[in-house]
Amino acid sequence: MSTSEHGTSLLSAIGLQCSHQARPLWSHLDLNLKPGDRLGLVAPSGAGKTLLLRALAQLDPLQTGELRCQGRRAEEISMPRWRSTVMLVPQRCAVMPGSVEQNLRSPLQWQEHRQRHPWDRNRVLDWLEQLSRPAEFLDWDAEQLSGGELQVLNLIRALQLEPAILLLDECSASLDHATTLALEALLEQWLQAGSRACVLTSHDSGQIQRFCNRVLELP
Amino acid sequence: MSPGALPISNLQLAGAAALILINIGLSSVLKLGLGRPLLLASLRMVVQLLLIGQVLQWLFQQQNPGLILALSLLMALIASLSAVQRTRHRFSGVYWQSFLSTTAAAALVTGVTMNGIIQVRPWSTAQYWIPLLGMVLGNILNAISLGLDTLMERMLSQRNSLECWLALGATRWEACRPIVREAIRVAMIPTINSMMVMGLVSLPGMMTGQILEGASPANAVRYQIVILFMIASATALGVTSIVALAYRQLTSQQHQLRLDRLIRTSTTSRP
Repeated sequence: MSTSEHGTSLLSAIGLQCSHQARPLWSHLDLNLKPGDRLGLVAPSGAGKTLLLRALAQLDPLQTGELRCQGRRAEEISMPRWRSTVMLVPQRCAVMPGSVEQNLRSPLQWQEHRQRHPWDRNRVLDWLEQLSRPAEFLDWDAEQLSGGELQVLNLIRALQLEPAILLLDECSASLDHATTLALEALLEQWLQAGSRACVLTSHDSGQIQRFCNRVLELP
Repeated sequence: MSPGALPISNLQLAGAAALILINIGLSSVLKLGLGRPLLLASLRMVVQLLLIGQVLQWLFQQQNPGLILALSLLMALIASLSAVQRTRHRFSGVYWQSFLSTTAAAALVTGVTMNGIIQVRPWSTAQYWIPLLGMVLGNILNAISLGLDTLMERMLSQRNSLECWLALGATRWEACRPIVREAIRVAMIPTINSMMVMGLVSLPGMMTGQILEGASPANAVRYQIVILFMIASATALGVTSIVALAYRQLTSQQHQLRLDRLIRTSTTSRP
């Protein structure tokens, strides 16, 4: 591992290739994320934006290419650790039966997070306030939430696990404009609080222009 | 034959077969479309049982351990294949895994019961080994198809949730644990339910048979108790084994879902 060579790179991907149902989508894809990067993925529907995010989170077996995070090769890092560092926030959010708080707390019991991330109610309340949600939001039944409320839960559940790279798939698609702006401000603040970066897909070109400092166009 | 049940002639069998006309009549009146499957099932049942009656009669006279072992393996093979036949999805290796789970669970439990509990000597005495094994296999078959089907269908329908937990850093076991538990639970419910009402609602077939043959009901009941405990432990073992093996096949060591390994079957019959 050469830290000097990869020292400034948070996440790098070399020669990724992806095909879906035997149809090649993209190949020889290189990507390099530095701290503070906000990379927007732009492509028509079906071009494989979500598949690229899934590949970076290693949710699918890697077909070809190499992934590195903070200078270390993917194979050197356990999969739960990789995914808690390079964290995908999927568009379709999953909830388990119970309150919003129970949903936020359940990942904290997993082996990967148990020792590292204690439940921090005040921090969560602070984030909720920024997204104009009341404190009672924590007690609501997660299975009764609206699409926008689910996205709030989805994002906060990921943020509290302190990933270094967030992969956001249409993370504000169900939010109103004001909450979308508040979410962008929250992400901005989160990015500045450490050596962090994010990749996002959005069908809202305004959001890419507002929020991203780099854009990657998939063929 | 003196203490045994009254023999049943071919004519009497035909009389019993006429009872199936009730089902066929109902099916045609209510347009259930079950006429053909009912006829086929009846025919298969009669032919299979008459054949196995002959085979068993011959086998009991031979008392050859090799033959008994061969027949046992054949029974386990058929049970494990039909368990998989009833599921809505399959994956490569499922037949092998089903055979392994069925055979290991049935052999272990039947072996322990024959040698350790009833203490049949020699162990291969066919009139004990074959019927006991058959009862155990029949129940494992149902449990395995229920457990497998539940596991595969839940993993498919909850795919988004599973991947969401994996993306948040869960191990494959942490993500799939609730579904694995549910699959085992669902598969065990029929056994538990039948034990709950045993004797109150149902008099099990084997017990009925023994009583008809002139055995004392008190002794027949004791055999039945042994058999029910055998069934309960063997289904638990078999179903836990198949669900664990299938879970490993449908996830990877890299904590990824491998539901692409599932192949849809055209079967319409569900467990």
